[in-house]
Amino acid sequence: MSIPILRQGSYLIASIQSSPSDSEWREMGQQLAERVGKLRSRGVVVDVTVLDLIDSFAARTLREIAQTVKLRGAEPVIVGIQPDVAFSMVQLGLTLGDIETELDLEEGMAMLDAILRDGRTNV
Amino acid sequence: MSEETRILIRSEYDIVTARQQVRELCMTLHFSSGEQTLVATCVSELARNIVEYAGSGEIITGLTRNTDEEGIVIIAEDKGPGIPNIELAMKDGYSTSKGLGLGLPGSKRIMDEFAIVSKTGKGTTVTVKKWKKP
Ligand SMILES: Nc1ncnc2c1ncn2[C@@H]1O[C@H](COP(=O)(O)OP(=O)(O)O)[C@@H](O)[C@H]1O
Ligand SMILES: [Mg+2]
Repeated sequence: MSIPILRQGSYLIASIQSSPSDSEWREMGQQLAERVGKLRSRGVVVDVTVLDLIDSFAARTLREIAQTVKLRGAEPVIVGIQPDVAFSMVQLGLTLGDIETELDLEEGMAMLDAILRDGRTNV
Repeated sequence: MSEETRILIRSEYDIVTARQQVRELCMTLHFSSGEQTLVATCVSELARNIVEYAGSGEIITGLTRNTDEEGIVIIAEDKGPGIPNIELAMKDGYSTSKGLGLGLPGSKRIMDEFAIVSKTGKGTTVTVKKWKKP
Protein backbone atom coordinates (compact mmCIF):
# COMPACT_ATOMS: atom_id res chain seq x y z
CA MET A 1 0.00 0.00 0.00
CA SER A 2 1.51 3.29 -1.01
CA ILE A 3 0.58 6.85 -0.17
CA PRO A 4 -1.99 8.28 -2.62
CA ILE A 5 -1.02 11.48 -4.39
CA LEU A 6 -3.82 13.41 -6.09
CA ARG A 7 -3.51 16.24 -8.54
CA GLN A 8 -5.75 19.24 -8.09
CA GLY A 9 -5.09 22.01 -10.59
CA SER A 10 -1.53 23.19 -10.08
CA TYR A 11 -1.27 21.48 -6.69
CA LEU A 12 -0.49 17.97 -5.54
CA ILE A 13 -2.16 16.52 -2.48
CA ALA A 14 -0.47 13.66 -0.65
CA SER A 15 -2.72 12.00 1.92
CA ILE A 16 -0.64 10.11 4.45
CA GLN A 17 -2.26 6.84 5.55
CA SER A 18 -2.04 5.68 9.15
CA SER A 19 1.39 4.42 10.26
CA PRO A 20 3.24 4.49 6.94
CA SER A 21 6.23 2.17 6.70
CA ASP A 22 9.72 3.60 6.19
CA SER A 23 9.61 2.61 2.53
CA GLU A 24 6.18 4.22 2.03
CA TRP A 25 7.56 7.48 3.42
CA ARG A 26 10.56 7.27 1.11
CA GLU A 27 8.42 6.42 -1.88
CA MET A 28 6.16 9.38 -1.23
CA GLY A 29 9.13 11.76 -1.14
CA GLN A 30 10.43 10.41 -4.44
CA GLN A 31 7.02 10.42 -6.11
CA LEU A 32 6.36 14.01 -5.07
CA ALA A 33 9.75 15.18 -6.34
CA GLU A 34 9.10 13.50 -9.69
CA ARG A 35 5.51 14.60 -10.16
CA VAL A 36 6.18 18.20 -9.22
CA GLY A 37 8.37 18.33 -12.32
CA LYS A 38 6.22 16.23 -14.61
CA LEU A 39 2.98 18.05 -13.79
CA ARG A 40 4.54 21.49 -13.29
CA SER A 41 2.93 21.64 -9.85
CA ARG A 42 3.35 24.86 -7.93
CA GLY A 43 2.31 23.66 -4.50
CA VAL A 44 2.21 20.42 -2.51
CA VAL A 45 -0.13 19.74 0.39
CA VAL A 46 0.93 16.90 2.69
CA ASP A 47 -2.14 15.87 4.68
CA VAL A 48 -1.30 14.13 7.99
CA THR A 49 -4.84 14.20 9.45
CA VAL A 50 -4.95 10.45 10.11
CA LEU A 51 -1.56 10.20 11.83
CA ASP A 52 -2.17 9.38 15.51
CA LEU A 53 1.38 10.32 16.37
CA ILE A 54 4.41 12.04 14.89
CA ASP A 55 7.66 10.78 16.35
CA SER A 56 11.13 12.11 15.57
CA PHE A 57 11.47 9.78 12.57
CA ALA A 58 8.21 11.03 11.04
CA ALA A 59 9.09 14.66 11.78
CA ARG A 60 12.50 14.32 10.18
CA THR A 61 10.94 12.63 7.15
CA LEU A 62 8.29 15.34 6.76
CA ARG A 63 11.04 17.95 6.90
CA GLU A 64 13.03 16.14 4.24
CA ILE A 65 10.00 15.78 1.99
CA ALA A 66 9.18 19.48 2.31
CA GLN A 67 12.78 20.44 1.53
CA THR A 68 12.80 18.20 -1.53
CA VAL A 69 9.55 19.72 -2.80
CA LYS A 70 11.01 23.20 -2.31
CA LEU A 71 14.17 22.33 -4.19
CA ARG A 72 11.95 21.17 -7.04
CA GLY A 73 10.43 24.63 -7.16
CA ALA A 74 7.05 24.04 -5.49
CA GLU A 75 5.67 25.33 -2.19
CA PRO A 76 5.13 22.65 0.48
CA VAL A 77 2.53 22.88 3.24
CA ILE A 78 1.67 20.33 5.92
CA VAL A 79 -1.92 20.17 7.09
CA GLY A 80 -4.00 18.26 9.63
CA ILE A 81 -1.71 17.82 12.65
CA GLN A 82 -4.16 16.72 15.37
CA PRO A 83 -4.26 18.46 18.78
CA ASP A 84 -2.86 15.48 20.74
CA VAL A 85 -0.14 15.04 18.15
CA ALA A 86 0.83 18.72 18.25
CA PHE A 87 0.97 18.62 22.06
CA SER A 88 3.13 15.53 22.06
CA MET A 89 5.50 16.98 19.43
CA VAL A 90 6.04 20.06 21.53
CA GLN A 91 6.71 18.00 24.66
CA LEU A 92 9.19 15.82 22.81
CA GLY A 93 10.91 18.92 21.41
CA LEU A 94 10.04 18.30 17.76
CA THR A 95 9.62 21.12 15.28
CA LEU A 96 9.02 21.12 11.55
CA GLY A 97 11.60 23.84 11.02
CA ASP A 98 10.31 26.64 8.81
CA ILE A 99 7.80 24.47 6.94
CA GLU A 100 4.36 26.03 6.57
CA THR A 101 1.55 24.29 8.44
CA GLU A 102 -2.21 24.82 8.25
CA LEU A 103 -5.23 23.46 10.05
CA ASP A 104 -6.71 21.42 7.20
CA LEU A 105 -6.67 20.80 3.46
CA GLU A 106 -8.87 23.79 2.67
CA GLU A 107 -6.70 26.22 4.60
CA GLY A 108 -3.56 24.66 3.16
CA MET A 109 -4.77 25.30 -0.38
CA ALA A 110 -5.86 28.81 0.53
CA MET A 111 -2.39 29.48 1.90
CA LEU A 112 -0.76 28.18 -1.27
CA ASP A 113 -3.10 30.40 -3.32
CA ALA A 114 -2.04 33.41 -1.27
CA ILE A 115 1.69 32.64 -1.46
CA LEU A 116 1.59 32.03 -5.19
CA ARG A 117 -0.54 35.11 -5.87
CA ASP A 118 1.12 37.64 -3.60
CA GLY A 119 4.56 36.19 -3.02
CA ARG A 120 5.86 34.97 0.29
CA THR A 121 6.60 38.35 1.83
CA ASN A 122 2.99 39.58 1.75
CA VAL A 123 1.43 36.56 3.42
CA MET B 1 4.41 -5.43 37.14
CA SER B 2 1.13 -7.04 36.08
CA GLU B 3 -0.53 -7.71 32.71
CA GLU B 4 2.92 -7.99 31.24
CA THR B 5 3.26 -8.13 27.46
CA ARG B 6 6.54 -8.71 25.64
CA ILE B 7 6.88 -7.48 22.09
CA LEU B 8 9.82 -8.59 20.01
CA ILE B 9 11.35 -5.68 18.12
CA ARG B 10 13.26 -6.71 15.02
CA SER B 11 12.03 -4.41 12.27
CA GLU B 12 10.22 -1.13 11.67
CA TYR B 13 6.91 -3.05 11.50
CA ASP B 14 7.31 -4.18 15.11
CA ILE B 15 7.52 -0.51 16.11
CA VAL B 16 3.93 -0.04 14.92
CA THR B 17 2.80 -3.17 16.78
CA ALA B 18 4.41 -1.92 19.99
CA ARG B 19 2.69 1.45 19.62
CA GLN B 20 -0.71 -0.18 19.18
CA GLN B 21 -0.23 -2.57 22.11
CA VAL B 22 0.72 0.24 24.44
CA ARG B 23 -2.25 2.34 23.37
CA GLU B 24 -4.56 -0.55 24.25
CA LEU B 25 -2.95 -0.87 27.64
CA CYS B 26 -3.32 2.88 28.18
CA MET B 27 -7.03 2.52 27.42
CA THR B 28 -7.53 -0.11 30.11
CA LEU B 29 -6.25 2.52 32.58
CA HIS B 30 -8.50 5.18 31.02
CA PHE B 31 -5.60 7.44 30.15
CA SER B 32 -6.76 10.50 28.22
CA SER B 33 -6.15 10.43 24.48
CA GLY B 34 -3.45 13.06 25.00
CA GLU B 35 -1.65 10.87 27.53
CA GLN B 36 -2.01 7.85 25.24
CA THR B 37 -0.36 9.77 22.45
CA LEU B 38 2.53 10.78 24.71
CA VAL B 39 3.13 7.19 25.86
CA ALA B 40 2.80 5.77 22.33
CA THR B 41 5.24 8.38 21.02
CA CYS B 42 7.75 7.42 23.70
CA VAL B 43 7.39 3.73 22.79
CA SER B 44 7.90 4.61 19.15
CA GLU B 45 11.16 6.42 19.98
CA LEU B 46 12.50 3.62 22.18
CA ALA B 47 11.54 0.88 19.71
CA ARG B 48 13.07 2.85 16.85
CA ASN B 49 16.31 3.10 18.82
CA ILE B 50 16.32 -0.69 19.29
CA VAL B 51 15.93 -1.29 15.54
CA GLU B 52 18.37 1.43 14.60
CA TYR B 53 21.20 0.84 17.07
CA ALA B 54 20.82 -2.69 18.43
CA GLY B 55 19.13 -4.47 15.52
CA SER B 56 16.73 -6.29 17.81
CA GLY B 57 15.36 -6.28 21.33
CA GLU B 58 12.16 -6.25 23.30
CA ILE B 59 9.53 -3.84 24.53
CA ILE B 60 7.89 -5.03 27.71
CA THR B 61 4.74 -3.26 28.82
CA GLY B 62 2.76 -3.68 31.99
CA LEU B 63 0.77 -2.08 34.74
CA THR B 64 2.31 -0.85 37.96
CA ARG B 65 1.04 0.69 41.14
CA ASN B 66 2.35 2.43 44.21
CA THR B 67 0.40 3.28 47.36
CA ASP B 68 -2.18 5.52 45.74
CA GLU B 69 -1.55 5.57 42.01
CA GLU B 70 -1.84 3.25 39.06
CA GLY B 71 0.34 3.58 36.02
CA ILE B 72 1.94 2.05 33.01
CA VAL B 73 5.51 0.82 32.85
CA ILE B 74 7.49 0.26 29.68
CA ILE B 75 10.86 -1.43 29.47
CA ALA B 76 12.87 -1.23 26.25
CA GLU B 77 15.64 -3.80 26.36
CA ASP B 78 18.34 -4.84 23.95
CA LYS B 79 21.66 -6.65 23.87
CA GLY B 80 23.14 -4.24 21.37
CA PRO B 81 26.36 -2.21 21.48
CA GLY B 82 25.31 -0.09 24.46
CA ILE B 83 25.77 3.65 24.90
CA PRO B 84 29.33 4.73 25.76
CA ASN B 85 28.34 8.15 27.11
CA ILE B 86 24.81 8.35 28.51
CA GLU B 87 25.12 11.98 29.53
CA LEU B 88 25.87 12.89 25.93
CA ALA B 89 23.11 10.65 24.55
CA MET B 90 20.61 12.43 26.83
CA LYS B 91 21.44 15.84 25.33
CA ASP B 92 18.86 17.39 22.99
CA GLY B 93 20.12 17.12 19.43
CA TYR B 94 22.86 14.56 20.05
CA SER B 95 22.74 11.77 17.49
CA THR B 96 25.21 9.30 16.05
CA SER B 97 22.90 8.58 13.11
CA LYS B 98 21.77 11.90 11.62
CA GLY B 99 18.64 11.57 13.74
CA LEU B 100 17.09 14.57 15.49
CA GLY B 101 18.62 13.46 18.79
CA LEU B 102 15.36 13.89 20.67
CA GLY B 103 14.27 10.29 21.28
CA LEU B 104 15.90 9.79 24.68
CA PRO B 105 15.71 13.35 26.10
CA GLY B 106 12.19 13.77 24.69
CA SER B 107 11.04 10.48 26.22
CA LYS B 108 12.33 11.66 29.56
CA ARG B 109 10.29 14.85 29.21
CA ILE B 110 7.04 13.20 28.19
CA MET B 111 7.06 10.45 30.83
CA ASP B 112 6.80 10.76 34.63
CA GLU B 113 9.77 8.50 35.34
CA PHE B 114 12.75 7.64 33.19
CA ALA B 115 15.76 5.43 33.90
CA ILE B 116 18.47 4.23 31.55
CA VAL B 117 21.11 1.58 32.14
CA SER B 118 23.62 0.81 29.44
CA LYS B 119 26.84 -1.11 29.25
CA THR B 120 29.17 -0.98 26.28
CA GLY B 121 29.12 -4.32 24.49
CA LYS B 122 26.30 -5.61 26.71
CA GLY B 123 23.20 -3.65 25.84
CA THR B 124 20.75 -0.98 26.92
CA THR B 125 17.66 -0.97 29.12
CA VAL B 126 15.36 2.02 29.30
CA THR B 127 12.53 1.97 31.85
CA VAL B 128 9.78 4.59 31.75
CA LYS B 129 6.57 5.08 33.71
CA LYS B 130 3.50 7.22 33.39
CA TRP B 131 1.10 7.56 36.30
CA LYS B 132 -2.63 7.94 35.90
CA LYS B 133 -3.62 11.43 36.93
CA PRO B 134 -6.54 11.28 39.38
N1 LIG C 1 19.26 1.20 22.32
C1 LIG C 1 20.39 1.88 22.01
N2 LIG C 1 21.57 1.22 21.82
C2 LIG C 1 22.70 1.90 21.50
N3 LIG C 1 22.75 3.24 21.37
C3 LIG C 1 21.63 3.96 21.53
C4 LIG C 1 20.39 3.32 21.87
N4 LIG C 1 19.45 4.27 22.00
C5 LIG C 1 20.06 5.45 21.77
N5 LIG C 1 21.38 5.27 21.49
C6 LIG C 1 22.38 6.33 21.24
O1 LIG C 1 21.90 7.54 21.79
C7 LIG C 1 21.81 8.56 20.78
C8 LIG C 1 20.63 9.46 21.06
O2 LIG C 1 19.41 8.74 20.89
P1 LIG C 1 18.07 9.54 20.56
O3 LIG C 1 17.90 10.58 21.60
O4 LIG C 1 16.98 8.56 20.37
O5 LIG C 1 18.40 10.30 19.20
P2 LIG C 1 18.56 9.74 17.69
O6 LIG C 1 18.01 8.34 17.67
O7 LIG C 1 17.78 10.68 16.85
O8 LIG C 1 20.03 9.75 17.39
C9 LIG C 1 21.73 7.80 19.48
O9 LIG C 1 22.20 8.56 18.39
C10 LIG C 1 22.63 6.58 19.77
O10 LIG C 1 23.99 6.89 19.60
MG1 LIG D 1 16.20 7.81 18.50
